[in-house]
Order: sequence, then structure tokens, then C-alpha cells
Amino acid sequence: MFPIAGKKTLRILPIALATALSNAALAADTIKVGVLHSLSGTMAISETTLKDTMLMLIEEQNKKGGLLGKQLEAVVVDPASNWPLFAEKARELVEKDGVDAIFGCWTSVSRKSVLPVIEELDSLLFYPVQYEGEESSKNVFYTGAAPNQQAIPAVDYLMEQGVKRWVLAGTDYVYPRTTNKILEAYLKANGVAESDIMINYTPFGHSDWQSIVSDIKGFGAEGKKTAVVSTINGDANVPFYKELGAQGVNADDIPVIAFSVGEEELSGMDTAPLVGHLAAWNYFMSAESESNDEFIDAWHAYTGDEDRVTNDPMEAHYIGFNMWVEAVKKAQSTEPGAVQDAIIGVSVPNLTGGLSSMMPNHHISKPVLIGEIQDDGQFEIVSETPGLVVGDAWSDYLPGSKDLISDWRAPLSCGAYDVVSAKCSGQEL
Amino acid sequence: MSMNKFVVVGLIAALVFVPLLNMLPETHALHVPTYAVSLMGKYLALAMLAVAVDLVWGYLGILTLGHGAFFALGGYAMGMYLMRQIGDRGVYGDPLLPDFMVFLDWSELPWFWLGFDQFWFAALMVILVPGVVAFVFGLLAFRSRVTGVYLSIITQALTYALMLAFYRNEMGFGGNNGLTDFKDILGFSLQSPDTKVALFMATVVALLLTLWMCHSVVQSRAGRLCVAIRDAEARSRFAGYRVEHIKLWVFTLSAAIAGVAGALYVPQVGIINPNEFSPINSIEVVIWVAIGGRATLFGAVVGAVAINYAKSYLTVEFPEIWLFALGSLFVLVTLFLPKGIAGFLKRKEALA
Amino acid sequence: MSNWTSSLIGLLVGLLTALQVGASTPADQLANASFSEKQTLIQTWIESDSSTALSVVQLLLDGRLYYEKNTNRLVLIDTHKTGQPLTDFATGQAGTIEKKRAYKRVSVNNTLRTFLRDTLAAAQLSDADPAVRLSSVQQMLGDLTPENADQIAKFRAQETDTDVVDLMDLALAIDRLDRGTPAEQAQAIARLADSLTVEAMNALRAVPANSPLASQARSGIQSIEHRRNRYKAVETLYFGLSLGSVLVLAGIGLAITFGVMGVINMAHGELIMLGAYTTFVIQQILPSQPGMALLISLPCAFMVSGLVGIGIQRGVIRFLTGRPLETLLATFGISLILQQAVRSIFSPLNRSVVTPEWMAGSWEINAALSLTLNRLYVIGFCLVVFFVLLTLLKRSSLGLQVRAVSQNRQMAQAMGVRSGWVDALTFGLGSGVAGLAGVALSQLTNVGPNMGQAYIIDSFMVVVFGGVGNLWGTLVAGLSLGIANKLLEPWAGAVLAKILVLVFIVLFIQKNPRGLFPQRGRAAEG
Repeated sequence: MFPIAGKKTLRILPIALATALSNAALAADTIKVGVLHSLSGTMAISETTLKDTMLMLIEEQNKKGGLLGKQLEAVVVDPASNWPLFAEKARELVEKDGVDAIFGCWTSVSRKSVLPVIEELDSLLFYPVQYEGEESSKNVFYTGAAPNQQAIPAVDYLMEQGVKRWVLAGTDYVYPRTTNKILEAYLKANGVAESDIMINYTPFGHSDWQSIVSDIKGFGAEGKKTAVVSTINGDANVPFYKELGAQGVNADDIPVIAFSVGEEELSGMDTAPLVGHLAAWNYFMSAESESNDEFIDAWHAYTGDEDRVTNDPMEAHYIGFNMWVEAVKKAQSTEPGAVQDAIIGVSVPNLTGGLSSMMPNHHISKPVLIGEIQDDGQFEIVSETPGLVVGDAWSDYLPGSKDLISDWRAPLSCGAYDVVSAKCSGQEL
Repeated sequence: MSMNKFVVVGLIAALVFVPLLNMLPETHALHVPTYAVSLMGKYLALAMLAVAVDLVWGYLGILTLGHGAFFALGGYAMGMYLMRQIGDRGVYGDPLLPDFMVFLDWSELPWFWLGFDQFWFAALMVILVPGVVAFVFGLLAFRSRVTGVYLSIITQALTYALMLAFYRNEMGFGGNNGLTDFKDILGFSLQSPDTKVALFMATVVALLLTLWMCHSVVQSRAGRLCVAIRDAEARSRFAGYRVEHIKLWVFTLSAAIAGVAGALYVPQVGIINPNEFSPINSIEVVIWVAIGGRATLFGAVVGAVAINYAKSYLTVEFPEIWLFALGSLFVLVTLFLPKGIAGFLKRKEALA
Repeated sequence: MSNWTSSLIGLLVGLLTALQVGASTPADQLANASFSEKQTLIQTWIESDSSTALSVVQLLLDGRLYYEKNTNRLVLIDTHKTGQPLTDFATGQAGTIEKKRAYKRVSVNNTLRTFLRDTLAAAQLSDADPAVRLSSVQQMLGDLTPENADQIAKFRAQETDTDVVDLMDLALAIDRLDRGTPAEQAQAIARLADSLTVEAMNALRAVPANSPLASQARSGIQSIEHRRNRYKAVETLYFGLSLGSVLVLAGIGLAITFGVMGVINMAHGELIMLGAYTTFVIQQILPSQPGMALLISLPCAFMVSGLVGIGIQRGVIRFLTGRPLETLLATFGISLILQQAVRSIFSPLNRSVVTPEWMAGSWEINAALSLTLNRLYVIGFCLVVFFVLLTLLKRSSLGLQVRAVSQNRQMAQAMGVRSGWVDALTFGLGSGVAGLAGVALSQLTNVGPNMGQAYIIDSFMVVVFGGVGNLWGTLVAGLSLGIANKLLEPWAGAVLAKILVLVFIVLFIQKNPRGLFPQRGRAAEG
């Protein structure tokens, strides 16, 4: 009895997979786009919105007649905030569902997990979140900010405002570590003394900020204007800001500038005590431009909720998706290799009223905005870089990477080219 | 023991047929794509972890909520070997240091990374590190007769503390990003389909060996003693048995198995990160065992494969609501299948 | 002729334009001025018409001043939404917002806001309310200029409130240390050394090292630092108590369901989460009264979580008596379902729970020590919950039955206790307390689908460390772990402190296998 059952079950798995494959072949009259964002687990809080954004963008594109005469079809999967699952799902999207491009990931570790798969299968990944840089893959397009598109302009702004003492507070992972390393080097290059910089790391989801906020208060009470540069991640922000409010640290005394707090994070906070604290992004919902008004209206119509906010990673997907669409039109093909060549140099409107372009290093050009938190959960834009800032894959302030450049155009075609030794590393050619 | 036969036959069949079916042309209806092979390899590595948990929970009565720690330690040992194999092919082209160390401005390799460029050394560490941690932990815990929920909670504390520690970038294990971007193992490219099939086969063989070994253990005198300890620890002690010793050795053996499972898991999924230490993961393993059927060893394999397959399937088909399905499954199985799938099959067999 | 008229008309037009430019009030220019322009604008405005200017300053600080984008006309808006009313700033005429995007707030940044506050503070030195005067001096103390020092000196003579007088004297001492005669300076140092404030310390630090007063200033700094450090220690203790009370609150429900009933309830964290979401919902219903909403949330959260708990007990756990470890499995499933349920109902985003006025800010004991009010309330709340529970279990007949069932189920049943009913109520009680913890936590941290998971492990640690089945154990364990954590944090950092505490728990359990307060007798053999 059981050997029979055994054989049956044994066959089901491969057959199920094979059927799925042939399904993919049948539905070839649509262009498939993979959406790889966590819908459950710890990252669902940030990533679910991006999934909805992608669905909205795809729907709008289809209303405009699709692409190359075909309709677009979104393939949504849930990697469940589980990093190995990201790699597994990316592989499935490309090999089984046959998607032509993937829009997805939030954390660096999820991108790092997907990276080898995307490279192996030579597909495309559009990554919409600000990150630590120090990476440039042939197959990945980084539409979020690199450190020079967020951190450095933010610090410049605060220096203009007379800040002399700096607290670099972050969650202990690679993005804050790198950003703080870059900032530390940058501050020292600008004449800030070692003793005027305090660096602090906390674990993920840290919820008891009493001692740290008290330390920050103490550090800021020495008579020099002090600011906190926060790379604190996700869930830890709410208790951090609550504690700041409770201990009476307000933005006049010690402003906090954050790189991971946007409109959506604020929608989960009581913003009244936070007025005046800052954030640096490439987009704020309060940016004034026609494209932004249209985007917000479309988003409200799509979600059926007038109170839903928009944020920077959403804009990054908006730009990334439109760039991909333009590149596909230019190449007249969705074949990843052709799109990779075509997309460099493509310019599309961003939501702040300008044009963003895909650079040869697979990063994009964007303006950098500094905003102050308002009591309605929006940002008042208080400063904007005069021109667009080009994303820098390799930081000039880190000793390991200052000689590296990335250029994916022929003949160089290299993500990490050492201009001193004239060698290209990290590539399997 | 039809369940056992089913699992063994199934595994041997998989060992023979999956590589064969993989060699069929892609258009063939029975072709098994390479990614599916790796996926199955991953399930089976997790199944091995479940067997390790079943050995201590099913037969020794220790509800371990921290076995993920041993799995992750084994995985890290393998990951460190794979990192060293990258050599100068990292993005910074440093011949010695892994990328994340260059990134953090480290100038030399920490002492605990030495030796991991040798496969034999890494393989030894895969067994030794989890084994030693389990041995020391068990030595302290069993000698002072920590039992029941107290033991469960401190195993949980162990894995939780390790998770926090591995998240720290100062530790030198890559922090949150963990170890990734592996290139090759023993000189074979990890991206080549042949290596993947070979890794799958190695996992099947390892799982079969594990089952055979655990089966022999539980069938032996020591195994019966385990069950005696599980059911009446004080009585076994009064009967003159050295309860602590047997507990310690079985616990250590189980940890070593978990370590090997982790080492097989890492090259197939391509990443190891501190999240593997997360207490929730360890709890999940216990659930696989419960669903498969506690104290059956083979049931653990069935439970682990079934739940992980369900997870892969549901996250694609029902991305928004799969947690409802999974959650309900756990509740329903406990209520209606108290002895898990194995118990269900046995009952059906008895009825037939 | 025509030439003449046209040039006359030209002249007239020119004159009119000139007049119009001349008539342009600061109000018209405010809308599009840069931040620094706004500052000079207001400065000159105050000189010409201080009362209007000050009212504008107040409006700017409150964020109520808007302008119409295409006309630059200033309007007052309370709620910036289409259809809401507005008032013209110049004429006082009422109107409605036809289109939200047509109006924009007159923007303020931090530098300008500080300037506005300082401006307002200067005008408030003569306010009737001593609290306003106090905050006005406090504001000036931040960056004391000779001008506002002179102003403080002017109002010092007529000041009657002792607190304000103290603060004014401090400000004047700082000013004298800067600009006074050597004798005045020495006197000022003596005055400053008495203070606890950072401003005094910074003023003393600013004394140059080669000045004859340097050594006196140094000993002054030492004296301040010494006293401040003592308060710092008190503060650390408070932080520890506060963290501990959070741990106790999170764990105490579990001490009942797990400690008394032996159920490993993995959904405990989600019951806390339900309590927090209840708070959110009630605040949505009563948007204008966050404080009242919070109070109403307490019984509601208790009911919601308690009823869900009873549901879990009757629907699932009841069938698992005698199989405690399997409750782990089933309740883990339930926790997944509950998490996904709130994610589906409330979206995966965090929800914002407002802190009521009376819980915001801190209780300033002196310049070196202030205790945050929200946490003070949580500590108090934790103690209340603890003692109520203790009394309930020790004194009430339900408590008696609960203890009877937990000690010997068969015997209790034989004595006529309806054990099924007692189980359901006990579980409901433990779950309800988790709901109460959720209300408290909503004031300190995230309200989101993941919040339960953040507390479940800590809760188990606390209960086990304290000794299963012992409420006092949970209290002592929670508080001592909180304090230990906070004592370690300054020198080990937050992560290492937590790891050390975990290692300590592991070692402690290995030495004392049944926790701090071990259960004795037959129940211990479980």
C-alpha cells in the first residue's frame, strides 16, 4: 500500500513544477514583471506599499496600451522577510514564471541574497531603496539613493545651520555602518574634531531608548550646537522618537536628521512632538510638481484611500519602472541583455519636477531634498540641492573604494574598476 | 514501520531519479529543472535538522527551542569556507579578506577565520563547533538537572543570545548581511547545475546516513534508556543509570547532526545570516516534527518537507493570506492529528 | 497734446505702482520670502507694529498661517483639507478651502523657529502667568545675548515668583561672568557653582584657563559634575525600573497562563498586540480626547484580549489538557493567524497612538533629574496591575479555585470545582492582562503587526527566571533584569548588555533549575 502512495507523492512534486513551467510558456503573449517584496514578516510594514505601487504602475501602463503591443502582467510572490527565500523566489520568478525584470527587495541583505541568482540567470533587478553603496552589478539598477545622494547633502545642510557636534546613531547593520564611516571621514575632512563625534549602534527593533537619549542629551549639553544623524532602521524609530519627545529633546535644541524615516513611517507615529526634526530624501510627498500631483491622485484612486501617503522608495519604483519601459521601447525587446544596453542614458521625469537619468554605473541622478517634519505627518522642504546629484557606487571617502569606478558601457563594462591598477575585480567574465 | 520504508524508498528514489530526470531535455514533461533540485535539497537539509530535533525531543523528552543555533553554527562554518574560496574574486579583489572586512576597514583576517580555506578543516568545524557548544551547554544544564520548560527556555535564550551576537558587526561574521555571494565549493562552481545536483545527492545521502544512525541509536540499549528517561527520569536515575551522561551524548550528537544539516543548507540557498539563529526558526522546526509525528524520526522528514513545500507553494499562490493557511494547519494538526502524519498513517493502517 | 496726456497717464500709472509698492505690507512679502528674509521681515515688523507682528509670530509657531499660491494672500487655516473653513488674515473674512493644493503653509525651519521662540520669549517676560515667564527665561538661557540679559535684569526687580527669580539670577550670573568686573565675576562663579544646570557648567567651562578665576571655575565645575553624577545614578535606576516594569507587564499575563496553567502560549505577544490595537481603535473613535480614549481603552483592551483568550482556551487549548508542549504548536499557529489578521484589517503599517497631554513630557525634579511621565505612569500602572492580580489570586474565591486546579486538578474536581470553567476564566484573565500591557506599551513603542513577537521571548525569560507559578517571582525577575540591563548598558552598549543578561539567565537557571522563587511541593514535580 505504501510503496504505491510513495511513488505517487514522489511524482507530484516534479509534475507540479513542470506544469507551472508549461503554464509560463502558454501565457507568453504578456510581458511578465516580477514583484519581489515581503508581504509578511518584519519587512511587510515597508514593502507591502511597494508591491501596491508596482501593481498600480503596471495597471496604468496597461491602460496606456501596454508595452510593445503586449499587456504587462505582474507576478507577485511573498519572500516573507526571509533572506534565503528571497533568493529562492527570485530564481522561481525568472526560471519558472519567466519574468523579464524584477522590481523588489528592501533590505541590503535581501538584495545581497538575490544578487548571485540574478547574475547567474542574467536577469534584471530594480532596487528602490537607499543603501550603503559599494556595489554595482551588471544586472541590478539602483534607483534609491547612494550615500552621496542622501547623507552628505544632509550633513552639509546641518553644517550651514551651525551644527558643530554630531551624534551618528544607527542600527547595527551594514547600511548605518557604512554611512557613518563615510560621514565620519567627511566630517573630519571638514574640520570636526574626533571628540565632537559620538557614534552609537543599537540592535534591530531596539525598543528601550532611555539611556541612549539621555546620553545624547548629555552630549548635546556642552554648549555647541549638536545634531543627531540617524540611520536607525524601521521599527526602532517609533520608540526612539517617543523617547526623544518624552525627554524633551526638541528640534530647536538637538535636531535629528533621519535617512530611513519617511511619510509612511510618520503615519505610524504621533508627530506632534517631532515637529522640526528632519529627514533627507530624494522625494517628499509635499514636493510641488504636476507629475507629483498626478501620481498622488493616481495613488489615492488606486488605493481608494485619500489619506494614504507616498514616499521616496515609491518614487524610486516610479522612476525605475518608467526607465525600464523606455529602455524596452528603445531596444524593441524585453530581453535583459538588450535592456541593459538600452537603459543607460535613458531619462524619465521624476516626481520633483525634473528628469532623472540612468547612469553608466547603474545608479540614477536625483535631487536631494531636506525636509522638516510637520505636525500633519508631512515634510516641509527646507533645502534642495541646486542640481541633480549622480549616485556614486563607490564612495570617495572609504579607503577601500576611493579608486574604484563603475561603468557598464562597452568597452569598460565593469562594476568595480580600479583606476590606479587598471584592473577590474569581482567579475566573472 | 511502513512510514520508515516510505521515507527510505522515497529518498533512494529521489537519489536515483531526480538527477536522471534533471538530465532529460527541458521540453520533456518529466524534466526536473535544476532550481527544483536545489529546492528539494534545501527541504532535505531542513529535514535533517528536524530529525536531529526529533532525536532529542521525541526520544529524550528535551523540548529544544534552540536547535536552530547548531544548524546556523554549522552553516556559518561552511559559509566561512565558501567565503575563503572566493579568494581575490570579491569586488575589492583582496586575496585574503572577504569583502565585508575590506568594507569595514579590517586589515587582517581574525584568528577564528584561519584554517577555513581548507575544506577538511571547515568540515571538521561543522561538526565540532555545534558539538562543543552543545556539550558545554548540556554539561552545565543536565548536571544541575534543569528540565522541562526551564530547559526549553534556556535553549531559546542560547539561540537568542547567539543571534544578537552574530548581528554585531564587530563579531567578524558579516553582521546582518551574513555571508553570501559564494563562488565555488571544492573547485566546482556553485552556479553549475552539476554541482547543484551533486549537492542535492550529498544531502540525500547525508539524510539517509543520519536516519540510519539515529535509528540505530534509538533501537539500541541507549535508545531504550532514552525513552525511559523521557517517560520517568527520576525512576531511571534511581535504577542506577547515569541519566546525565546519556542525555549529554545524545544532545551533542543531535547538535552535530544539526550542524551538518546547516553546512549542506548554506551552499544550496547561497546565504547564511544571523536570522537563522532566530528563536522563531527553532520553534518552527519543533512544529515540523510535531506535524510529521514525534518520536518517529522518519515522520520528522515528512513533516519538514511537507511544511516547507507548503510554504514555498503558498507564498506564490496566496501571497497575501498564506499565514492564515499555515497557522490554521498548525492548529488543526494539533487538534485532530495529535500524533502527526505518522500517527495518522499508522491508524489508517491499523484500520485497513 | 496726445504726447502730453500719454506722459501724464504714464506718470500717474508710475505713481500708482510706486504707491502700491509702498503700500506692500510685510504680510504680502511673507509668503515667498526665504527663511532668512522672513527673519529680517519680522524684526522690522516688530519695530513698526509689534502687536500684529507678535500675533504673526505665534501663528507661525502654531503652523496656522497659510497663503494662497497664486495671489500670495495670507489666510488662517486650522485643518488643511478641501472643504474646511479659512479666514483671511488681513480682513478677517471667512471662506472655505476650495482646493487643498491652492494653499500652502508659510514655512518655518528650525533656525527661524528658534528665532521666533526667542522673539516671543522676550515679549513674555512680563506675562501674567509665572509659568510662561519661567519658560521665557528658560528659552533665553539657551543662547543668552547681552540684549536679553539686560531685559532680564530690567524685569528681575519686579519679579515675585521664586522659581523665576532663581532662573533670572542664574541668567544674570552667566551674563556677569561674561561681562562683569572681576569682583562680579568671582561672585558669579560662586553662584553658578551652586547650580545644577548645564548652562552654568558651560558658562564655567568657557572661563579661559589663563584667567585668575580659572581654578575657582574648575572647582565649580567639579562640584556641579559631582552632584549631577549622583542624579545620573538615580536616573539610571529609574531607566532600569521603567524597563523592568515593561518586562513585568508583558510577562505577568504569561505568569498566569503559563505559570499557573502550564500552557505555553506562543500567542501571548499577539494578545498584547490586540490590546494596543484596541487603544488605537478607541482613539480613532474619540479623536479629540486621547486621554479619555486611553482610559476607556483599559477595560476594552482587557475585554478584547480576554475574550480572544477565552476563545483560544475553549476552542483549542481545552482539547490539549495534559499535552502542554502541544499547546506551543497550536498557539504558535494562532499567533500567525492573529498577526495576519491585523495585517489584513489594519494594513501592515504601524498605527499611530497619540500620547495624551498629561502623559507627555517629563516631571522635572531639578535641573539634573527629570523623570519621563509616560514611563512613570507605566511603572505605576504595572504595580497596580500586579497587586490587583495578587489580591485576586490570593483573596478571591476565583483565585482559590484557580490555585486549587493548578495544584491538583482531580482533587479540585472532586471537591466540586468546575475545572473547565476555571481554566477558561484563568486563561481569559491572563490574556486580558496581556491586553492591558498592550495599552501601556502603545504609549512607549510601535503599534504594528510585529509588536507581539518583540515581547514574547522576553516574557518567557522573565517568567522562567522568576520561577514558574510565582507572581512575586515575575515582579522581582522583571525589575531586576530591567535594572541589570540598564546598569550594563552604559559601558557595554545596548546589544552586549542584552547578550550578557541572556547569558546570565542561562547560567542562573543552570545553578537554580527552578528560577528565583522555586515552587515547592508536589506541583514542582510537573
